[in-house]
This record gives sequence, structure tokens and C-alpha cells, in this order.
Amino acid sequence: MECSCKQQHSDLSKLEPVLAQYAAVKGSLITILQQAQEIYGYLPMDVIYHVAERTGSTPAKVLGVATFYTQFRFQPMGKYLILLCDGTACHVNGSERIAAAISEYLGIQNGETSADGLFSLSIVACLGCCSLSPVMMINEDTYGSLTPEKALAILKEIREKEGTNA
Amino acid sequence: MSWRVAVGEGSCGIAAGAAKVYDALVPLLKDSGITLGVTGCIGMCWLEPIVDIYEEDTLKARLVQVQPEHTSAIAEACKSGDLSGVSDLCITDEDNAFLTQQTRIALRNCGIIDPNSLDSALQAGGYSAIRKILQEDGGMTPEAVIDCIKTSGLAGRGGAGFPTWFKWNAARQSAGEEKYLICNADEGDPGAFMDRAVIESDPHTLIEGMLIGAYAIGAKEAIVYVRAEYPLAIKRLSTAIEQARTAGFIGENILGTDFSCEFRIKAGAGAFVCGEETALIESLQGQRGMPRLKPPFPAAAGYWYKPSNINNVETYANVAWIINNGGEAFAALGTPDSKGTKVFALTGKIRRGGLVEIPMGMTLRQVIYDIGGGIRDGKAFKAVQMGGPSGGCIPASLLDTVIDYKKLGATGAIMGSGGMVVMDETTCMVSMAKFFLDFTAKESCGKCVHCRIGTKRMQEILGRIVDGKGKDGDIELLEELCGAIKDGALCGLGQTAPNPVLTAIRYFRDEFEAHIQEKHCPSGACAALLKYSIDVEKCKGCTLCAKKCPVGAISGTLKSAHSIDTEKCIKCGQCKANCKFGAVQVG
Repeated sequence: MECSCKQQHSDLSKLEPVLAQYAAVKGSLITILQQAQEIYGYLPMDVIYHVAERTGSTPAKVLGVATFYTQFRFQPMGKYLILLCDGTACHVNGSERIAAAISEYLGIQNGETSADGLFSLSIVACLGCCSLSPVMMINEDTYGSLTPEKALAILKEIREKEGTNA
Repeated sequence: MSWRVAVGEGSCGIAAGAAKVYDALVPLLKDSGITLGVTGCIGMCWLEPIVDIYEEDTLKARLVQVQPEHTSAIAEACKSGDLSGVSDLCITDEDNAFLTQQTRIALRNCGIIDPNSLDSALQAGGYSAIRKILQEDGGMTPEAVIDCIKTSGLAGRGGAGFPTWFKWNAARQSAGEEKYLICNADEGDPGAFMDRAVIESDPHTLIEGMLIGAYAIGAKEAIVYVRAEYPLAIKRLSTAIEQARTAGFIGENILGTDFSCEFRIKAGAGAFVCGEETALIESLQGQRGMPRLKPPFPAAAGYWYKPSNINNVETYANVAWIINNGGEAFAALGTPDSKGTKVFALTGKIRRGGLVEIPMGMTLRQVIYDIGGGIRDGKAFKAVQMGGPSGGCIPASLLDTVIDYKKLGATGAIMGSGGMVVMDETTCMVSMAKFFLDFTAKESCGKCVHCRIGTKRMQEILGRIVDGKGKDGDIELLEELCGAIKDGALCGLGQTAPNPVLTAIRYFRDEFEAHIQEKHCPSGACAALLKYSIDVEKCKGCTLCAKKCPVGAISGTLKSAHSIDTEKCIKCGQCKANCKFGAVQVG
């Protein structure tokens, strides 16, 4: 199998200002990766190689750090990122049923992106809105006191707005 | 007469619609002479969005669950000075009792001041403690500051409860010019949001507490490690740091003295283990957040192996108050073992959930029933989870346990960072134990074999128990694994990961046995163990359930009682959801 990083062609010049500022500052790897993810939406493999080269590290080392933290993604994200809370308060109030309903409706599991590229599902530990539990965030908006029906209605509305009523 | 309207804009408030309320008020109060502002989180999360109306500095009315459609009535009331038009929105005495029973030190300004304004913080007494230390009457030496904290009895509020003065003193005594002061704001315990509320609502109090700590240990650089999941906290803290720098509280020669201290924020990237101080330091250095072997402790060799001190947000939030009021005033609150106050995030099946700050020594019952209003929906209390995935559950029989480090520790739970999740009779304790184990197994960094593999095996055993495939001896096997993990793990994550399972077995062993022996979940929560049946007395034979059943497990003829073939039943619940006569029973 050929290495997939060779097939990617991210515009590495976009990362140049970040590297100019941080590449030589010790202990800045996580900051560089965070800003790279801001730029590309995820961490493409060629970006990982590039960061390793510029920081005098190895791709294995950089990938080792990136995969340790839940914030980093290695696949492009859907247009809408669903952060479904499964913190203790949400869990006690039924977040599992909501996760199951969303998974079934979109045909994706945690960490995956729907076939139409519209939604990514990420189940997270706590959004800190415990009093509104169960809660999910879709991009910047927070939705509270969810039921499976209410969660699906929200997703359907977004699909209709996007005109991909699959 | 000057009136002021303040909208509570913490993350919870915004999620409940506070920003929309604020936006609706802007045009209505334009040119009215009434000031419109924001505050942080008052901690009464179940009443959000909250709007406060002040005349000068007097709170005239606290309006709750405000929606944009209420804003014209609010504007009218403020303009006319007659608040009768909004009396329906005013907080009830019963709800207000949530707040009046608290003693607020760490949260003293939360929900009262404007978190975006340095003036607002200064008016509330902000930076008076650092002035007292650096300027007034010859000031205080670092040793005097450490002594004052020692007198107060302040202990680390992040969970471990280690005496703050001892850590400060050790860092001060360590040789070397280059020292660091770090704030742990990586609040990873699911169900806890005290630290987020403090940063979002009162960032200057955190900065001042850290300045005092930096002065005491001799650090010239202070770093706040904040969860990336808290964007609003990061934004407000960044603004506050810039304001403090402009005003001369941060930077070179603070307040014209020899004391200099720089501040910066480091956004975490999501790893529960980074709440452990040496893992946090590794992460600060751009590495995988894996704990170090201790000793050496961070006070001797921390960030870049220089002497460092780490405390959590709530600990620092108490410091300025202690300097201003004296260590004795803080020590006067609480119990002989635990001084001062503690903030809890009260959530779960509770009627009034939110942030509660109480003096140590109150009982769990007082917090859950008197302050929190008891259990929601008329259900019965079953247990309260203290300290999240590192803590344990405490059953109803121990509700009169006094809140202090030792007494809570004796129950098998811990004080923890302050997560207090209330569970009712419908919560299955076996399934909750599995939930916490799933969390710690996923968050184990993998360094220690006992933690990495032990939690995995425990997860598998708990998984088969809730699936109805538990075996004789599983409880004993779990207990054995718990002991091995506690002994064999290097850091707090592994050492405490067994706590939720051990306490669940200790107090709810009968539930484990019911799952294993009878394949029955007494709370009716574990889907795999549910048995659906039809009450022949109630069934009218309408055939609807049989039509809705996706697997054809229901048989019966029109107008005669139906029955369910439990072998075929997949427990989807469609029959129960569709029965108009309440004839489908689940047990």
C-alpha cells in the first residue's frame, strides 16, 4: 500500500506564519498543531510531515503527540460538527439514546462524517452545560434538554436548509 | 437615580438564550439613560437566562427564564421605575433560597461584576490584596504571605486537598532564579464546571490570586492551562490579562516595585490525564501528557525541570480574599480538618442544579435537599457521585455525612474537584460504574500497565454484567483488579479509577448480584436485561402493538389480550411507546 501522505497536496504556505512564529520556540508543538487545524480544518498527513521537518522532529513524534489529544482530527470534517455531550449529567439524563438516534439517522458512528459531507459526529466528555442536559453543540449553537426526536428534528432542519434531503 | 440592567452571560446562560435577550434589549434601552451590561454566571443554571435590574448598586429585581419576548416589558419597567409589569418573571423566594444558604468566597463576584471590565473588578475590591502585599505599610514579605495562607488552612481544591502553603513554601525554598507558577484550568471531570464559571465570570480574581502565588514563590512567569473546550473562558481571560497589563498589575515592576511577573495562556488539547500536575507540565512542554515519576515533585523540578507550583482555579480564587480578610477569617469557616468553603457543581436528577459554595461541615443532605431542592419529578434519591470518575457514590443511608476531606474519604468517595451528580431510583449503579470505567479506560495515557490493561479488563467485565452475561466470581474479580490498579498506577488517574466501581460494589452489591444471578436490572435501566410483558387486565386487544413490533414478537387476536414472545423480543420499546392503555410492562 502506498503511503497516503504522498497523495496529499495541502497548501503548506498557509502554515508559514505560524511556523515562523513558533517553529524555533521550544515546547510549542501543540500550539502549532492547534493553529494548523484551525487553518486546514484537520491535520492532513503532509502537514504533519512538514511540521516535523520544520521543528526538527520526526513525523512519528509529531503524530504521537497529535493522536494523544482528543482535539486533533485526521480526516476532513463535515460542514456541521455535532458535539454530543456524554458527561455524567447528560449520561444520567439519557444521552446514550440520543447518540443512538443520531448514529442511526446519519448512518455514522462517533468520529465519522456522513456520506453527504454535511455532518461529523463527535461524542465529548462534558460541554459544561450540565443544567441543560442532555446537550449537543452544532458548530457554535448549543441545544439543550434534548430528546431523540428533538435532536433528529434539528438535524432534519439543517439538511432541508442545505437542500440535501437524503 | 441611575438604573442598570445586567444580563447573565456565562456559557450556560448563552446556551439558554441570554445573548438573544441582550440583543433584544439593546435597541429598547438605547438613549434611555439606563445602562445595559453583562455579568458572568450566578450559578443558578436552571433559571437561565437571568436578567438583573439594579438601581445604583442595589439589586431591585432578579428576573429568571427571560426570553426575548419579555424584553419590552423589562425596558418599560426600568424606564418607569415601576417593576410591577415584570413581577411574573421575578425569582421566587423558594428559588432564591438556593443562593441565600451559600457562603461565597471563591465565587464572591461571579454573576455580580462585569467580567469584561477591569473597573467593575476594581470596584468589587479587585487587586486590593496585591496592593496590600506590595505597597501598604511596608507590605508583606513572601514568607508572611505563605504564613497567612498556612493560617487559613487552604487546601488544593482540584481534588487532592494538599495544603497550599506547603507547596508554595517548597517552591520558594527550591534553589534557582527561574521559577514558574501554573494554574490548572484543565477541568476534565465530566459534570464539573466550577473553574469555567470562575474564569468566565471573574477572571481578575484568578489573576490576582496567581500574582500573589507568584510573589510568594518567587516566580516571574505565570501560565494558565485552560481546556480548549472553554473558548469563552479563554477569551475573557485573555482580555483580563491585557487589561491588567495596561493597568500595571502584570509585567515589569508591578505597582512600581521590584516584583515582575508575566502571564500567558496555554490552551489544552483535550486529555483528562492532564489534570495530573506532572502530565500537565509535559503537555505544557508540547509533549504527550503522560505523568512523571514523583519525586522529584514539581516544587523542585517542574516546568522545564525548574521549580514550579501548580494549583487549580478555585484554590487561587480564594487567595486574595484570604490576604484581605486574614487567614483566621478563612479558618473560622469549616471543620477542624477542612477549612473554608468549597464550590460544588450540583447536577443530575436534582430540582435546582447549579453552582453551590458552602462552608465545609455542611451535610450532603443540606446541600442536596435544602439548597438543591431535592430530587426532580418526585422520584426517590438513590446516590450522589462525588468527585466524578475519580470519586465514588454515596448512598442515601450516608446522606448525613459531613462535607470535609476526611469524612468524605471515609465513605470511599472523595471531595474531588467538586462534581456532585445526583442519581435517582431509575439510575442503575452497575451501568454508572461502567460509564466511569469507560471514561477512565479511554483517558488512561497508557504509561502504566495496571491502569492501561487493568481498566480495559474491568470495562469488559462490567460490560458483560450489564449485558446479562455476568458470571459467578465477577464481583470478586473486579475487586481484585481494583486493588491491583490502585497499587500499580503511577498517577492519580489510575490510583482513583477503581473508586466508582469499589463504592458501587460496597453500597449496591445487591444490584450487581441481581444483574449476574437473576439477569435482572432492578432500576430498569439496562436495556439488555429488560423484559417486556403485557398486562392481560389492561390489554384491550387493539392489535396496535403487534402491528408496530418490528420483529413480530407479539401475538394475539382482535379484542383479546396479546402476549410477547420474550425470545423474539429485541426490547426496542415500540409496543410500550404505542400502547394507549398502559398495558405494556417493563421489568
